[in-house]
Amino acid sequence: MTRKLTNAQIAWRAAQDIADGAYVNLGIGFPEMVAKFQPAGREAIFHTENGILNFGEAPAPGQEDWDLINAGKKAVTLKPGAAFFHHADSFAMVRGGHLDVAILGAYQVAENGDLANWSTGPKGVPAVGGAMDLVHGAQRVAVLTDHVTKDGKPKLVKRCSLPLTGVGVVTRIYTSLAVIDVEDGHFVLREKLPAIPLDELQALTGAELHRPGPITDLTVPEL
Amino acid sequence: MDKTIASTAEAVAPIRDGATVMIGGFGGSGAPIELIHALIDHGPKNLTVINNNAGNGHVGLAALIEQGLVSKLICSFPRSADPKVFTDLYLAGGIELELVPQGTLAERIRAGGAGIPAFYTPTGFGTQLAEGKRIAEFEGRSYVQERWLKADFALIKGELGDPYGNLTYRMAGRNFNPLMAMAAANTIAQVSRIVPAGDIDPEAVITPGIFVQSVIEVPRPAQEEVLNREEAAYP
Repeated sequence: MTRKLTNAQIAWRAAQDIADGAYVNLGIGFPEMVAKFQPAGREAIFHTENGILNFGEAPAPGQEDWDLINAGKKAVTLKPGAAFFHHADSFAMVRGGHLDVAILGAYQVAENGDLANWSTGPKGVPAVGGAMDLVHGAQRVAVLTDHVTKDGKPKLVKRCSLPLTGVGVVTRIYTSLAVIDVEDGHFVLREKLPAIPLDELQALTGAELHRPGPITDLTVPEL
Repeated sequence: MDKTIASTAEAVAPIRDGATVMIGGFGGSGAPIELIHALIDHGPKNLTVINNNAGNGHVGLAALIEQGLVSKLICSFPRSADPKVFTDLYLAGGIELELVPQGTLAERIRAGGAGIPAFYTPTGFGTQLAEGKRIAEFEGRSYVQERWLKADFALIKGELGDPYGNLTYRMAGRNFNPLMAMAAANTIAQVSRIVPAGDIDPEAVITPGIFVQSVIEVPRPAQEEVLNREEAAYP
């Protein structure tokens, strides 16, 4: 039995919650994989901070147009019904509450919904991009993450120790082990891998997992 | 009216030491590479530059920084595939960085162009980037006060331009360019083609010419990404 989801499987699970017709922003890197797993028959419209709605997959190598890129500076293509706009309009879409979902990566998420995903401390060159904007305004702010750090420490914590991206902003967390909502300052467990006992999951989580309702098996296809 | 200028060198000649210069583009898309290179040739020092990024490789903005002409950078994301020029200089204490969330950067520039000295945004509330800034509550939520950004010059890149300074852009190359055109006292636009007045459908104008002071034709402009794949360096 699966003891840990791959990044692709976490992205697949997140994609199942995106409704037909939703406007979605996917963070750079791992969250970009969500676009590949759109359920058949549902259309999501993807937004990129640098001014495109309804972009599609990467072009074939050699077919790149470097004026047609996403926020990760990767070449993309356009779908029918795409639109271009400048940066102020782009972030009006973000802060103005027009996006249905923003899906981001995380260093830490706290039980009160605080997110840390832009800085690991004072060393090196700080860079924030659009992360601090994206956590405000979208109807749902979801996080994709491994349940623990590379050295096994919880990434879901009582309070973030790393610099915050936003205060009380995260609504749902898709991890390598579980699906957890943030409600009223608590982690609420919704789904978990059947192979992971509850006490083990709790031990890998830095704050209490509340269980006010049924916990569904987290089942994801091999990808 | 004729805002067209014959050369990039002539266009950037008024930029003096200590000037604040907005440079359009997001990464390489919409970046006015030829104007930046003309600015390097001209060589004013101690510039404050406003851009989303901090350059990539050794061309464009990275080259401007590498030549030691920039003393302060205001940007949201000073990382790229090859950020070595900025990174080394920053870690050596040779350049000042003001880090601004991307949407706040865009709105500060827009506000500068629109005559709005400050505004409130939810972005950054409760984070390091809001430290020392005024906070206010509206309808039960907390917001951070941010100030406008203006500049002496903007170097921007369009697709079509006409003698009145009306501009169109090419795809996602639009990004910060129309905002910076509004926020600078002197906006210099390089365009792939200058067309006669009337050839751009007024319905298609993205930046009205009132925001633009000079237009220079640069046919087949260089793309930063292509130059970097060729491992180009300027000068």
